[in-house]
Amino acid sequence: MRISRIGVGVVALAAASALVLTGCASGGSSTPTASANTSAIITTNGSEPQNPLIPTNTNETGGGKITDNIFAGLVYYDEKGAPQNDVADSITTTDSTTFTIKLKPNEKFTNGEAVTSDSFINAWQYGALLSNAQLNSYFFEDIEGFSYDADSPLTGLKKIDDTSFTVTLTAPHSDFPLRLGYTAFMPLPSVAFTDLKAFGENPIGNGPYKLASTGAWQHNVKIDLVSNPDYTGGRKPLNGGLTITFYPTADAAYADLQANNVDVIDQIPDSAYATYKTDLGDRAVNQPAAIFQSFTIPDRLAHFSGQEGQLRRQAISEAIDRATITKVIFEDTRTPASDFTSPVIDGWSDSISGSDVLKYNVDDAKKLWAEADAISPWTGTFQIAYNADGGHQGWVDAVSNNLKNNLGIDASGAPSPTFKQVRTAITDRTIQTAFRTGWQADYPGLFNFLGPIYATNAGSNDGDYSNPAFDALLAKGSQETDSATANKDYQDAQTILFKDLPAIPLWYSNVTGGFSTAVSNVHFGWNSVPLYYEITKG
Amino acid sequence: MAGYIFRRVLQAIPVFLGTTFLIYFMVFAMPGDPIVALFGDKTPNPAVVAQLRAQYHLDDPFLVQYFRYIAGIFQGNFGISFSGEPVSQVLARTFPVTIRLAIIALLIETIAGIFVGLVSGLRKGKLFDNSSLVISLILISLPIFVIAFVAQFVFGVQLGWARTTVRPDAPLADLILPAIVLASISFAQIIRLTRSSVIETSSLDFVRTAYGKGLGRRRIIPVHILRNSLIPVVTYLATDFGVLLVGATVTEGIFNVPGVGNTLYQAIIRGEGPTVVSFVTVMVLIYLVVNLVVDLLYGLLDPRIRYVK
Repeated sequence: MRISRIGVGVVALAAASALVLTGCASGGSSTPTASANTSAIITTNGSEPQNPLIPTNTNETGGGKITDNIFAGLVYYDEKGAPQNDVADSITTTDSTTFTIKLKPNEKFTNGEAVTSDSFINAWQYGALLSNAQLNSYFFEDIEGFSYDADSPLTGLKKIDDTSFTVTLTAPHSDFPLRLGYTAFMPLPSVAFTDLKAFGENPIGNGPYKLASTGAWQHNVKIDLVSNPDYTGGRKPLNGGLTITFYPTADAAYADLQANNVDVIDQIPDSAYATYKTDLGDRAVNQPAAIFQSFTIPDRLAHFSGQEGQLRRQAISEAIDRATITKVIFEDTRTPASDFTSPVIDGWSDSISGSDVLKYNVDDAKKLWAEADAISPWTGTFQIAYNADGGHQGWVDAVSNNLKNNLGIDASGAPSPTFKQVRTAITDRTIQTAFRTGWQADYPGLFNFLGPIYATNAGSNDGDYSNPAFDALLAKGSQETDSATANKDYQDAQTILFKDLPAIPLWYSNVTGGFSTAVSNVHFGWNSVPLYYEITKG
Repeated sequence: MAGYIFRRVLQAIPVFLGTTFLIYFMVFAMPGDPIVALFGDKTPNPAVVAQLRAQYHLDDPFLVQYFRYIAGIFQGNFGISFSGEPVSQVLARTFPVTIRLAIIALLIETIAGIFVGLVSGLRKGKLFDNSSLVISLILISLPIFVIAFVAQFVFGVQLGWARTTVRPDAPLADLILPAIVLASISFAQIIRLTRSSVIETSSLDFVRTAYGKGLGRRRIIPVHILRNSLIPVVTYLATDFGVLLVGATVTEGIFNVPGVGNTLYQAIIRGEGPTVVSFVTVMVLIYLVVNLVVDLLYGLLDPRIRYVK
């Protein structure tokens, strides 16, 4: 890149004058200023919730952004993704199977009702019951009594008194306390159960924010939240409220940000990837998120099982130039993968044994492919299925070209018009090609990236992968009571994945965003959503 | 006249049933399960999916679903969207906004288009005529999203004269920029239609007769020339009003207008059958009414057109 001398001079001058103007204050934007207005309303982007605002039925970001702010669960996640007690006073266990939960006394919902053991137990019972068909019901599957075959109460929930209860799991899960900050585990006031549909329109919570009024949720338009003065947890808002405007396109939100009409956005449109850093300067945000992207090659495809399959999968992985694709196609808003999880998760490592298959190595890829051909010669076309409505064509074509050029095979994308079409084909196993897969973590734990996707018969194991050695390591990790030891087991489990490659890791999605000149102290949490309660304005 | 209107309204019934049936069938035939898509990249448990499908009656045969829907409409029940809001409320919230946007756009394009077209037609071959033809050609050839993005960036972001996006309550001031964008393409069409129609009418015998008997231009131009040139323009405006209501999707998306286009787009993406069909149904009704009104307007413009029989 050419940089003119004049340009450098201007930049230096600007930097110098900025230093003078700010009085050489360092980190000026990250410390709340004394003049910050605690009644100011922060405006941000969002999307229309797909379902009524019931925590056990909210599984997408549009609704999750709201429920996470109007409810307080047992724990919340701080900026690093570490769980901090919210309503819980303590969560203890000796065997990672039975957990004793004590609540802080005197917590209440915004309608005045006390938050008790029953508030949690009843909400979880409701969320887990089969006939209630809650989208998050799978979160309760590890609790004793859960069933997908018939309505069955969670027998593992036992009330001790109003501020303590126990949870018994069917098998040890050391990361259970880590899951408790997820939306599905929020408490509900008793009024919710008289008419849950109506409650979902005007939810009553116990979180840092509450609905500004009845009907504050204007469908497809916006929702107005104001801070909840009764909230006592660690997420006490430093502002007066939050208005979430629902934008159908990221472009509209970005235009508003440029005109200072919105304070914080957590999605930069593709069309602005090339320019947003220049547009926003240090108000631009681009950091890895807990989102893992890959494409899955099911075992049942011809040439992709056994020893031959292993060689071909490794060859394919080594033939993909992740660094160039993330740079050219995504303008560095993706980070090349170095494992099966995400860098924002505690326990992530970029030096797991076997992760060399993620390095671009054409010679080795050719060699591996030839070895596989010696077992059984390659026939046919290699295709990656994707939904055309999701902006995937660019990278699928790039990956296909990599495979074509480096392995000398016929490779292409197989677009489906809509997301629901490709997902239906994947879930009913009619798909006959490799396909795009992504995983956004539900809670900041390594297990969440491995167990639900690659364990034998796991819920989202779309490729029907099965390896007893991998299953055993996951189970071992779940039994540990120390998270560092557990993470070691999960890393060992990934060495098996690197050999078998049930899915080819591609990259981690970054969260891209920005904020206006009116606000400061903007930080994004582990789940790519800004920590709204910390934001100050004025 | 009354008999004519009555027959037109009767004709609307099969049109209404036919279109809703077709739309419902097309939404039904769209491949993929909307319930599966609700779970994103995660695979739902089949038991939960089955429960939800039953809840939204997605398991019933197509005809049963269709008749349940039609029966509901006659009881004023348009179904419920996935987010739990009755579709009738969605309609009541979004249509006024889009209709307002469409009317502003229609006013802008009608007044400006007819004026420019008339002046162009009267001054055929002069500088004004040539430059208006060039401008209209440019506007016609530009895709609407380009015009929208440029207008948003220049007037919204750079100059700050207008809001970049429309605020939730859609105040009039916010709607003007998107309305101008929406109007721009039809504006060009109307210039061209009016111009050629004016040129044609100006050379007709009755105009020459009017000049001959000594009438002034002030009377001839509006009454004799313009009135008789407006029939093709009014026909165009009527269909354009429908297009504005339906085709505002792109503009509504760019300016985040809380209107029909935006909502319909989201509903199609999510595969929300009842919402999509209800929106299209209302649009069909509006089309039918507007076309009837236009047919009646012809009579006012040209008294030779009579609706008897």
